[in-house]
Amino acid sequence: MLIKQLSVFIENKEGRLEGVTQVLMEHNINIASFSLADTAEYGMLRMIVSDPEKGKRVLREEGFSAKLTDVIAVKISQKPGTLHEVLKVLFEAGLSVEYMYTLATAGKDTSIIMKICDLGKALEVLKECGYMVCTAKEAYEINNNSN
Amino acid sequence: MIWNETKECMSRDEILNMQSARLKKTVSRVYHNVEFYRKKMQQLGLEPGDIKGIEDLHKLPYTTKEDLRDNYPFGLFAVPQSEVIRVHASSGTTGKATVVGYTRRDIEIWQECVTRVLAMAGIGANDKIQVAYGYGLFTGGLGLHYGAENLGATVIPMSTGNTQRLITMMEDFEATAIACTPSYLLHIAETLEEAGKTDKIKLKAAICGAEPWTENMRKEIESKLNLKAYDIYGLSEILGPGVAADCDAHCGLHVYEDHFVPEVINPETLEPCKEGEIGELVFTTITKEALPLFRYRTKDLTSITYEPCDCGRTIARISRFKGRSDDMLIIRGVNVFPSQVESALLEMGETSPHYILIVDRVNNLDVLEIQVEVEERFFSDEIRQLEGLTKKIAHVLQTALGLGVKVTLVEPKTIARSEGKAKRVIDKRKLI
Repeated sequence: MLIKQLSVFIENKEGRLEGVTQVLMEHNINIASFSLADTAEYGMLRMIVSDPEKGKRVLREEGFSAKLTDVIAVKISQKPGTLHEVLKVLFEAGLSVEYMYTLATAGKDTSIIMKICDLGKALEVLKECGYMVCTAKEAYEINNNSN
Repeated sequence: MIWNETKECMSRDEILNMQSARLKKTVSRVYHNVEFYRKKMQQLGLEPGDIKGIEDLHKLPYTTKEDLRDNYPFGLFAVPQSEVIRVHASSGTTGKATVVGYTRRDIEIWQECVTRVLAMAGIGANDKIQVAYGYGLFTGGLGLHYGAENLGATVIPMSTGNTQRLITMMEDFEATAIACTPSYLLHIAETLEEAGKTDKIKLKAAICGAEPWTENMRKEIESKLNLKAYDIYGLSEILGPGVAADCDAHCGLHVYEDHFVPEVINPETLEPCKEGEIGELVFTTITKEALPLFRYRTKDLTSITYEPCDCGRTIARISRFKGRSDDMLIIRGVNVFPSQVESALLEMGETSPHYILIVDRVNNLDVLEIQVEVEERFFSDEIRQLEGLTKKIAHVLQTALGLGVKVTLVEPKTIARSEGKAKRVIDKRKLI
């Protein structure tokens, strides 16, 4: 199951990050999880939001470079070594992780958002090894479900 | 010292007589050998005999850089190729270079002019001069090289690109003179300062040119390096470096009027400016064989005076340049047109056409930053991809411009749009 991640290009300038969150707030879009990667000149804000299509549209209307990227969210339990096990499975299948971050949850288990070179193959491999992935609905509304 | 007193200290009448005779010969030769000029003169109803002396110069047609490009590469040459012993070329707006050629006599005249410049700066056979202009198609390196050899000085042909080696040789060889761009010389001065070597060098004179600089910058160079700095001017279309230069009085640059006839015109109306009035500098060559040009519009803004100088020279002097009448940027001595950036970006096809050039001077070296808007079409959420794109753009631009470029990706719509002519350049360099 693929999830749409909302990615936004942000220049390293005062107020730009706040500009993004303001647009999302004004359109009543919830940010379920996010990661911010930064370089010397710009940052890349990657978010799982309640309505990615609407998020992309409203951000573009406000002049941001926003796009949707397919990612997966793998469910793992909060125990030592579980992240390692997932990565090992992927590594052994010859799949490389472009980036990853955690999907915020209020429950005792967690999910890892992953961008992998070959998402289709990753899903197959993970399924074979008994891993569960979040559905889009689960990911976009994850906090609502857990509450 | 005055290298060629008979030519540099003539009376105004002698200058005008010499110019008249040489202009008449040039016009006749050009009319018979260069189709472009013959047609232009015919359109104006001009025959060679109509140019009876220098007073008729204004009747001749103007020549522009576009004319040179339209006749690329050798269309304006007035001699058979067998007589051309060298060509040089400078970058152009559309990727097409401006090509210039020299006969053996042209090279001799060029080196004579550069020799006059060096002698005027007090350089002689006992000096060791580092030529740190680029060698190659650019006229700077070889131009200074031949002039310095002709003078009898010891030439150290450094070219550009290795400041550490330049400084090592400057110290080890006890170089007494250097020729390079003024911004590069300031950079050298600061590198010497950081290494604590300023006291160890023996430089007494610097010949600086190929980019605009100010009187204050000259003073800064002089005080940092404890030497005398001189301004040399030139353009490949007319000769290369050595068309004009300043003396110890630093009251304008002496133009070698026995070879080049200067005029200053209003770039809008094309009417001649009065002495002292700022306008566009125009040159007519009166001894050039391979590429003689009538009334070539340099786009450089200056004023002219015919008052004899305190140094004893009587030839015309042009003032320090006030700028250029077009949008060409001179960055580290390299001509850069915003349109070059545009065509390179568009050709690459992976970026938005919205860009801006930001020129700045960091540690006395010109730096060119190009900001390009990130567009949906080429936007990736992987930083690795974006960095790859940045590098690719930088590479494409570096190839197109012949100059290192820093590329910065910016958000869409952040580069100001303008109705009419877009503002493509922010020049932050302050000529202090």
